[in-house]
Amino acid sequence: MSIQIRDVSKRFGAFQALSGVSVDVESGSLTALLGPSGSGKSTLLRIVAGLERPDTGEILLAGSDATELAPQKRGVGFVFQHYAAFKHMTVRDNIGFGLKIRKRPRNEIRQRVQELLELVQLQGFGDRFPAQLSGGQRQRMALARALAPEPKVLLLDEPFGALDARVRAELRLWLRRLHSEAHTTTVFVTHDQEEAMEVADRVVVMNHGRVEQVSGPRELYDAPANEFVMSFVGQANRFGSSWVRPHDLRVRLAPGESTREALIERVAHLGFEVRAELVRDDGERFTVQLTRDEAENLELASGQIVYVEPTRERTFA
Amino acid sequence: MRRYSLRFVALGYLLLVLLGPLAMIFWRAFDRGAGHLWTSLSDPNTVHAFKITLIVAAIAVPLNTVFGVVCALAIVRRRFRGAGLVNAIVDLPLALSPVVVGLSLFLLYGRTGWFGHWFQAHGVQILFALPSMVIATVFVSLPFVAREVVPTLRELGDEQEQAAHTLGASGWTTFWRITLPSIRWAVIYGVVLTTARCLGEYGAVAVVSGHIEGQTETATLRVQDAYENFDVPGAYGISLVLAVMSVVVLVAMTFFKPNQEVTA
Repeated sequence: MSIQIRDVSKRFGAFQALSGVSVDVESGSLTALLGPSGSGKSTLLRIVAGLERPDTGEILLAGSDATELAPQKRGVGFVFQHYAAFKHMTVRDNIGFGLKIRKRPRNEIRQRVQELLELVQLQGFGDRFPAQLSGGQRQRMALARALAPEPKVLLLDEPFGALDARVRAELRLWLRRLHSEAHTTTVFVTHDQEEAMEVADRVVVMNHGRVEQVSGPRELYDAPANEFVMSFVGQANRFGSSWVRPHDLRVRLAPGESTREALIERVAHLGFEVRAELVRDDGERFTVQLTRDEAENLELASGQIVYVEPTRERTFA
Repeated sequence: MRRYSLRFVALGYLLLVLLGPLAMIFWRAFDRGAGHLWTSLSDPNTVHAFKITLIVAAIAVPLNTVFGVVCALAIVRRRFRGAGLVNAIVDLPLALSPVVVGLSLFLLYGRTGWFGHWFQAHGVQILFALPSMVIATVFVSLPFVAREVVPTLRELGDEQEQAAHTLGASGWTTFWRITLPSIRWAVIYGVVLTTARCLGEYGAVAVVSGHIEGQTETATLRVQDAYENFDVPGAYGISLVLAVMSVVVLVAMTFFKPNQEVTA
């Protein structure tokens, strides 16, 4: 099911959460809403689910106006950051809730719940209560619960935000795989640019309640629309009047035609990559990223004077 | 050592102000033997007084339970102007002396009162009859359910309810299947406190009931009656039954409540 967000604005008291946001989400796509906290990404997702009402603008689901539609009639699955598990119900009853509400036959519910328990690898946990599960297991249960009524749209609000790094990486991969099998239109909110780039086919970058850029992960990195996207997605240095990525700077030991002199302040060895923090003669600080071999050849050390040349730089109007 | 002295102070205080008087009631009720106790308890007027107490409680407790839950939901879940005021007003019966409540009802429903005139014109007896006793009891026992449920609802948050909505549940279904099961112990505890308050109410009912033996006399009023008529063991006997009723309700709740609510 496609989602069209048309000129949506939302204000909470004095805080303008969204101003005139328009986004099209294609049916069957996997989209990330990426932005810093307070950028309005969660509010936008909640508006699509019907959990918040926009002040102005409209939401179209599968081409028809759903702005005034109650959440229970939108046919969306929603996954909350803090799971929102029904604490007084077993895992099985949690997952079966949406089907029970729809008064499906008991046999069918049992079968579907069993399938979903296997899908999220919680076989054998069906009779436990949410309090007896780990964070990752609870979130998998919440996913199964959202998937049970076969929603046409799956919305996830920072779904992996409360989990530790390893579980988060596992669940990302799992979500990606799930989507490539079922092709349910999926939108998830994240503040982690790596997560957005790794999981989504399209990324909507938001800031201060506005959309900054909508594109595939690769264009986002290679062709950022403005300074905000450049600095938020991936690392970036200000370099005089332009912007440059840390790996787009060449370090030399002798001055050249277009090099700038800089002093190495610190060298950090991060496995295969080496990161050096430098300061230019005009006081501007920046970071350079090199491979271990490059750094070894140059024998970089703090206190050393080097000459730096950007190989690819960008300027924004 | 300090740990023990703290425990000693707490237990000593409980013994002195709570258990001591209760034990005295028990002791004095059997002063002239179980036979005499039974005779005074089976007095028709005493039996009638207990019946009135139970009828009043049977009306007031369900009313205040429904009102308390609705009120708590309004205060916590609906952001509206004056929610703070409603929250404060719910506490009013705790701050007002029951006698004052009784008097204000007297003024409202009396022959010259705002409502009294209308009811009298329609031949409905409010004062010195069951209706005024129910109203007075509802008033004084109103805050307990709301007071227990409000903090529980706040702590619960509304994410589970939102999740239920996105799964297709209507507001009503969400209330019965998600909200109510999550606050059930707060509601039950509120009901227990409300019941205890209804059984024990004296001041407001004393003012509005007219205190007519065998007609508008509740168990607590009967205690005073017996005491004033020099039937001290009778007074202690009725008190004993009232105390036992409250204790049974409290113990039953502690017994049925799981040691620890399953929370995450």
